Amino acid sequence: MAIKDFPIEEYVLPGNAACPGCPSTMGLRTVLKALGKKTILTIPACCTAVIQSWYPYTSFNVPTLNIAFEAAASAASGIAAALKKLGEEDINVVVWAGDGGTYDIGLQALSGAIERQTNFLYICYNNQIYSNTGIQRSGATPYAAWTTTTVKGKKEFRKDIGEIIIAHHVPYAATACVSYPEDLYNKVKKTMGIRGPKYIEILAPCPPGWRFSMDKTVEMGKLAVETGAWILYEYENGKLSFNGISKSIAEGKYKPKPVEDWLKLQGRFSHLFKPEKDIVRINAIKDHIRDTWEHYKKLASL
Amino acid sequence: MKKYNVKTGISYPKIGAMGKTGTWRIFKPILDKNKCIKCLRCWVFCPESAIKRRNDSVEIDYDYCKGCGVCANVCPVKAIVMAKEER
Ligand SMILES: Cc1ncc(C[n+]2csc(CCOP(=O)(O)OP(=O)(O)O)c2C)c(N)n1
Ligand code: SF4
Ligand code: SF4
Ligand code: SF4
Repeated sequence: MAIKDFPIEEYVLPGNAACPGCPSTMGLRTVLKALGKKTILTIPACCTAVIQSWYPYTSFNVPTLNIAFEAAASAASGIAAALKKLGEEDINVVVWAGDGGTYDIGLQALSGAIERQTNFLYICYNNQIYSNTGIQRSGATPYAAWTTTTVKGKKEFRKDIGEIIIAHHVPYAATACVSYPEDLYNKVKKTMGIRGPKYIEILAPCPPGWRFSMDKTVEMGKLAVETGAWILYEYENGKLSFNGISKSIAEGKYKPKPVEDWLKLQGRFSHLFKPEKDIVRINAIKDHIRDTWEHYKKLASL
Repeated sequence: MKKYNVKTGISYPKIGAMGKTGTWRIFKPILDKNKCIKCLRCWVFCPESAIKRRNDSVEIDYDYCKGCGVCANVCPVKAIVMAKEER
């Protein structure tokens, strides 16, 4: 869908509590334009629960249920069951949760909801940290990234949640990035025609969390894809396929930019460049990207 | 707006739920309509829904624009520039 054909309606209202340059509101605007007003959101504890703003007002113009950090997917299961009973199954049941709420604390609820074949769309906006509580590491934080709980850089590699979801044999799973709204819009739209549990994960570069200037949110997401550090794919009917620039990378038609181009612009990786270049850790990042690609290419060839 | 009688806290949608967030601005986006090619990139990427779209034309809502500069950065023809906010 071309940008000019996106609906004009705004479901994320101006005058909300998000930081300037926030990737969560940026992504959620496009997502809700695709879903439309017949949507019920479930939001666990995360930045977006704060972005909604203070009682008795909300900045979201669709019904939204706030729920405990670990319980978003279970709550959505309940909503879906209630709507079924009421015969109102044309309403989109959607979770919008952070990576902490998805990779870590909400994983059990998510796994259960998928196993129960809940008819819902689960979206993880992945800013690779627990940002709402002041930038702690999560299972999605990449190797070597600074957070307030990994002051010298994270020692572990990020969890591959995509594979965990795919292992549940979902009818649809995809990755996206706030920098490619047409792709995100199309993916959300596609889920609306599929019954059962659907999963989309959106890379959401967070200026205060990643330590970059608030005007660079879009560039930061684009560079993640152009360097191959973030892969855009869709998993549908048991087939995995790459999308956008990631497709061109997979086909050898686009040479990925050096990952340093992405790392250097983020303060969370600054210790990799000064006082001197940390070749060992930068190479470990490159190896991890290469291995991840090899693995996903293998999945795509199945 | 329809109000609901439920025994739990319920919030209702409001533009400016956190007040006039335009007061957060340090830099202000200035749009040159003559340069604008109506691509709508600024509109789709504004994290604040502070760019209003009328058909294919855009306008900045300074009551709520937080001055992040995303719009200026994504504009392919530099029709938006950031200038120091003066109050
Ligand atoms: C059980 C529980 N533990 C901790 C918290 C505190 N808490 C609220 S939001 C949050 C971080 C959420 O991180 P994430 O899901 O990644 O979303 P983000 O804040 O990055 O948007 C934490 C730790 C909580 N609300 N409930
Ligand atoms: S910390 Fe990041 S995700 Fe959270 S509101 Fe601010 S910009 Fe958005
Ligand atoms: S500066 Fe930021 S908030 Fe203001 S109009 Fe531009 S993108 Fe929107
Ligand atoms: S991004 Fe620039 S050219 Fe495109 S609509 Fe906005 S101001 Fe006009």
